[in-house]
Amino acid sequence: MKMTMTQKILAKHANLEFVKPGQLIMADLDMVLGNDITTPVAVKEFRKIGVEKVFDKEKIAIVPDHFCPNKDIKSAEQVKFIREFAKGMEVSNFFEVGQMGIEHALLPEKGLVTAGDVVIGADSHTCTYGALGAFSTGVGSTDMASGMATGKAWFKIPEAIKFTLNNKLSKNVSGKDLILHIIGMIGVDGALYKSMEFVGEGIKTLSIDDRFTIANMAIEAGAKNGIFPVDDITLEYIKEHSTKPYEVFEADEDAIYSKEIIIDLSKIKMTVSFPHLPDNTRTIDKVGNIKIDQSVIGSCTNGRIQDMREAAEVFKGRKVHPEVRCIIFPATQKIWKQAMNEGLFDIFIDAGAAISTPTCGPCLGGHMGILAKGERAVSTTNRNFVGRMGHPESEVYLASPIVAAASAILGRIGSPDEL
Amino acid sequence: MKAHGKVIKYGNNVDTDVIIPARYLNTSDPAELASHCMEDIDSEFVNKVNKGDVMVALNNFGCGSSREHAPIAIKESGISCVIANTFARIFYRNAVNIGLPILECEQAAKEINEGDQVTVDFDSGIIINETQNKQYTAQPFPPFMQEIMKSEGLIGYIKKNMK
Ligand code: SF4
Repeated sequence: MKMTMTQKILAKHANLEFVKPGQLIMADLDMVLGNDITTPVAVKEFRKIGVEKVFDKEKIAIVPDHFCPNKDIKSAEQVKFIREFAKGMEVSNFFEVGQMGIEHALLPEKGLVTAGDVVIGADSHTCTYGALGAFSTGVGSTDMASGMATGKAWFKIPEAIKFTLNNKLSKNVSGKDLILHIIGMIGVDGALYKSMEFVGEGIKTLSIDDRFTIANMAIEAGAKNGIFPVDDITLEYIKEHSTKPYEVFEADEDAIYSKEIIIDLSKIKMTVSFPHLPDNTRTIDKVGNIKIDQSVIGSCTNGRIQDMREAAEVFKGRKVHPEVRCIIFPATQKIWKQAMNEGLFDIFIDAGAAISTPTCGPCLGGHMGILAKGERAVSTTNRNFVGRMGHPESEVYLASPIVAAASAILGRIGSPDEL
Repeated sequence: MKAHGKVIKYGNNVDTDVIIPARYLNTSDPAELASHCMEDIDSEFVNKVNKGDVMVALNNFGCGSSREHAPIAIKESGISCVIANTFARIFYRNAVNIGLPILECEQAAKEINEGDQVTVDFDSGIIINETQNKQYTAQPFPPFMQEIMKSEGLIGYIKKNMK
């Protein structure tokens, strides 16, 4: 039938046998997501439609995570506004401080997204759930409003780029390095309007947390979504976290791709994105002497348990450089507890790092680690745009948790091999 | 629908963090957002923009976050239309959904300069550069999106179709 995995999921949700690139469709939604920044705008738009109820109170998730716990009065007012909306509409998935986490780590963990779903979120990193074999994509607040009212969204069927992954990543090289490498290769608009479909033997060597990290940053290549096939690793995760029914879609053998890129995972090196675009990448051996003031480990890209474990492995028995502030953000309450129970917090604290409650925090220059003029941070987050973490003249370097931890110790960007 | 105005021009990969920095996202008030529009790359923007002006940029305009605050801030600041070679996809759909006219045209994006006077016809996709005496044709919107635009955005469109 010549359809890619993404096209098949969208066809099914639009009740169509076949779809082709460029076609405009209306698809049924399995989940509609918003956060404390995008939901207030969506609620105002929702009210203009004039419907009394949301289409399905189980299929809406609202996660106040960006400026939460509320950083100032205005943020508190925004959350109060959406809390009242959620209450009034009896939205079942509103996550208050104490239960919340960063939305894209939280939704899969709570079992709210599963294989074969179509999900929209008023947050660009909604593409993260492609790791589970779902079609998920970021939209704006108006789409969220109309999704909440109608349970549908319009889409233009995307073409796809096929990424065939072979072999296995080397020691200290993670999913983050792979996705930074890919963005460096194809550019921040290299997959504009397209799907990034990952296939190949190498996939079974990537953990689910690595896959979340990779799918998360598809948007940084301009993609509509990033998606992985469903295998035993996916099913194990889904069965552990969700009771929702799932459906496994596979690309047709004769599916048409706009391009195929073959990647030998064993050749990928630790990679860092220099300011001010994620595609401005250099391998670790070409970084030079970049002194840092702050190291941030967390976010929807790298705040999962594997990231915490990998950072702890580097910090064990070592100290954060005296001129560096290192802040660690486990992405959800569950990850927090797990990291604590595994003794990772002892390692972090003994090393001189601070541990925060789950929040987006400095990732978007919100709070909890803002940079002053001229300061530099290495960060496991996903964007290094001008002013992203604070002052317009500050700088963000994107890297993996392993590199961010090693850099925190060295006081400059570097690898664990230098310790 | 037509727009006429002076051009304010930017380069490649204008991201939503510079269109409206996250530090101002603790509000969704359009006027307040507009007062900080573009401030991290062009602190003069809010002083020089006049109602009806046209924003022109190169590749991947609006990349980054899904914040609808970005097209809202641009629209509220008085910009009547954005022309670029390409748009980032979430920005593209947000602009359509809130009724901010945008057009993709490589030639126009390249050749139009800051300060040029232009007229844009959204139905035909014709862009006239009066200063340089040149004309370009952009791909007009597909009918479905024209419908949304005519309803002043997705909410208007849904209201019409739910009745
Ligand atoms: S952690 Fe950063 S990128 Fe992820 S949802 Fe929060 S602000 Fe967005």
